[in-house]
Amino acid sequence: MSEHESHQYDVIVIGAGGAGLRAAIEAKNRGLRTALICKSLFGKAHTVMAEGGVAAAMGNVYPEDNWKVHFRDTMRGGKLLNNWRMAQLHAQEAPDRVHELEAWGALFDRTKDGRITQRDFGGHRYARLAHVGDRTGLELIRTLQQKAVSMDIDVFMECKILRLLADSQGRISGAVGYWRPTGEFVTFTAKAFVLATGGIGKSWKYTSNSWESTGDGHAMAIWAGADVIEMESVQFHPTGMVWPLSVRGLLVTEGVRGDGGILRNSEGTRFMFNYVAPMFRAETAETEEEADRWYDDHANNRRTPDLLPRDEVARAINAEVKAGRGSPHGGVFLDIASRRSAEYIRRRLPSMYTQFKELAGVDITTTPMEIGPTCHYMMGGVRVDADTEAATVPGLFAAGEVAGGMHGANRLGGNSLSDLLVFGRRAGIGAADYAEGREGEPTVDGAEVEAILTEALAPLENESGESPYDLHRDLQETMQSLVGIIRTGSELEEALERLGTLRERSEHLAAPGGRAYNPAWNLATDLPAMLTVSTAVAQGALARKESRGGHTREDFPNADPELGKVNFVQRQTDPRGPGAPIIVSPEPLPEMPAELRELLEEGQ
Amino acid sequence: MHDDTEHDDTEQQEEPVAAEEVDRAGDDGLGAAADDAAPTSDGDVTMRVWRGDPGGGEFVEYQLPNQEGEVVLDVIHRLQASDAPDLACRWNCKAGKCGSCSAEINGRPRLMCMTRMDELPAGPVTVAPMRTFPIIRDLVTDVSFNFEVAKTVPAFSPMPEPADGYRMQQIDIERGQEFRKCIECFLCQDVCHVIRDHEENKAHYAGPRFFIRFAELEMHPLDTNDRRELVRKRAGLGFCNITKCCTEVCPEHIKITDNAIIPMKERVVDASYDPLGWLGRTIMRRSKRSPEEAVAIARSGGSAPHEASDEPSDEPSGEAASAEA
Repeated sequence: MSEHESHQYDVIVIGAGGAGLRAAIEAKNRGLRTALICKSLFGKAHTVMAEGGVAAAMGNVYPEDNWKVHFRDTMRGGKLLNNWRMAQLHAQEAPDRVHELEAWGALFDRTKDGRITQRDFGGHRYARLAHVGDRTGLELIRTLQQKAVSMDIDVFMECKILRLLADSQGRISGAVGYWRPTGEFVTFTAKAFVLATGGIGKSWKYTSNSWESTGDGHAMAIWAGADVIEMESVQFHPTGMVWPLSVRGLLVTEGVRGDGGILRNSEGTRFMFNYVAPMFRAETAETEEEADRWYDDHANNRRTPDLLPRDEVARAINAEVKAGRGSPHGGVFLDIASRRSAEYIRRRLPSMYTQFKELAGVDITTTPMEIGPTCHYMMGGVRVDADTEAATVPGLFAAGEVAGGMHGANRLGGNSLSDLLVFGRRAGIGAADYAEGREGEPTVDGAEVEAILTEALAPLENESGESPYDLHRDLQETMQSLVGIIRTGSELEEALERLGTLRERSEHLAAPGGRAYNPAWNLATDLPAMLTVSTAVAQGALARKESRGGHTREDFPNADPELGKVNFVQRQTDPRGPGAPIIVSPEPLPEMPAELRELLEEGQ
Repeated sequence: MHDDTEHDDTEQQEEPVAAEEVDRAGDDGLGAAADDAAPTSDGDVTMRVWRGDPGGGEFVEYQLPNQEGEVVLDVIHRLQASDAPDLACRWNCKAGKCGSCSAEINGRPRLMCMTRMDELPAGPVTVAPMRTFPIIRDLVTDVSFNFEVAKTVPAFSPMPEPADGYRMQQIDIERGQEFRKCIECFLCQDVCHVIRDHEENKAHYAGPRFFIRFAELEMHPLDTNDRRELVRKRAGLGFCNITKCCTEVCPEHIKITDNAIIPMKERVVDASYDPLGWLGRTIMRRSKRSPEEAVAIARSGGSAPHEASDEPSDEPSGEAASAEA
């Protein structure tokens, strides 16, 4: 077993979605030996699922838009729990990152005067999302993929990384994993590693996330001793499909509402008018007439409450369904059919049209959609330095969904794709700087590698044991029912107890078959990360005794101003690794400069 | 894409090949194995899934309870969680957006995530891996050919950006946007006659996915690279005989043949490179020259000079070409 393939680089990026690609492009640009590793085929990362657009205050549609307004919207959307410096850099740099994509071949939809057009989205004061119909993520990943290919960046596809390894001085120096097609092991050493592994949604039953979203990067960072923050902040997107059951959770873009779609309950009421939180009252329309006028005239009308931030809308839908005003399959109605022409809907939302037509047999140009909340996005993640994306252990960087801080307690739609670009680039620079300054070639401890590989092979060698699929199903049931959109202390405690049991069961898994492309074994090797991350989410949710953004406590329904000043930081000290305890501690948020604080108050 | 004509066309590709290949190809559920299947109750579905590795394999039959609204991929997932834990298949988005779960369902190249069980005819559902690519395991094939071809595409190379940014009109980018809808499922590559069952052609043929990539770049308002020479010479555009199978299987409904391949042929092909003429010439010279040599010869004297002597021309130069041929 000790004889296996190994590769050495200056910078290795784990994850080839938008953030990973952007990071690798930057590191390669510096002339460093750079490689990308991804769990799926190249170009299939979850970024392709992003639909509505990339938020950037380019001011192409509303010239009065600028980074300050974008910063303000992002911070307010995140319930001020964001890392202010990340929110600032993001708002300032997003326009350049979008323009850069255009120079790399992207074809965004245009304004009449030939510039990149922008659409309305929840929580953004101005139409701000550069987009390509409702397949913006595909355009973004393909543009970056083609750029990476043209730069001759080495790409290792269908390679699952199991663990990060540190050298004797505690610097992250290696990663060990296996090739999915063969099951053979491989070790990578590098002077700097960038985590760009995306989200964690696959631990919930109803999710918009793919099989890849198992929190590998979150977990590997924890196991390596790095801090993670805000693990309680999970975003449930308000509009996922609810029927048929087999597609429950599949994303319905916020662009439907940005382009004129509205939410109604079973009584036909536009219920969002009843759920406008005080924080958003001043900027939200009070009548349907004003809301409808707003689409064409933002200057003289206030925005429709259908486009409140996602946490607000998801909670409102949840409440309507609970009150018995839901749709036949347990959601509410999202209606664009009665509001826009069939031609307009098909042109603006082509993949939504196809998705409903082919999967649900519903024509969205004539019939309202049935939708409900779905687990969508992880705001929490690896604690990073805002400027360099350096994690709290040396040699490790993180960008995109796996990093925490940028979005606070709730992410605005469109801010994810811009996050990937802005912080992917910065992580690439940060990792390149670190790699250039690091002396000597990185080394790893062979015995540690052996131990990890032995553990990984156990499910294949166990003659009898539990099916990884059964364990995964029970994990999803636990997280869905006990750590979902509305939480309470007693249920979170029960969740942690169950997670402990699941953890014990995970040590006795059996995956029949061989090592080559064996999905049962692959799932068995994903489960340790899912269990660690789920535990951190439940622990964070238990610690944050308030409701804020994506985190809602039934037993603490209001925001607590004191808790609004802290992050809940989680880390492993000693021992570390799957199953080792994770310590939770509140730590103060970075202090925001006065001139930025003033921006938050403007326009109220 | 559901018309009978196309279906027949696909069937015709199932020419006699090695026995092992027949196993992989699928027989639309009409073969002997299907007749042997136990009758199913209304509440069950029968799946015939190809299981195997590079050493060979066979269709294995499974029965499961039917569940409303499912797509083929759902049933495959239920199989994994029950009777066949190690059944290999690729998937990611489960929404027709990533192009991972390509397979041949009842003999037709399709995405498993976008094929509803209730739209398939009654009887066993056959699921086989894509035939054009080497087997890794079960439904997973080695599609690295496509990633290798991608490396040979000369990069987008824009004109310098004006001070106030690039300006493009929507109407000028819509064709490019159509091609950029491509999710790289490689079903067009799978169905393409030139490389399906003709491994030897892969060395000098890029396939429909890359013809739309070339077309997209060629029609990009900002691009300055000229790839016509490459498309003609190395990407083998001339091999395509416009049967439109690629267009018919495209899950994104990209009009590959009409909007990309034919316009590209018009751009790069002069009379010296008429595909039928080329085929005739190649057949006649088969004993003497490889296709590459034939192409090189057809090219060398066949094109009128265009900027440099080695450049292809947009203008037909029929007489010169005929003389060469």
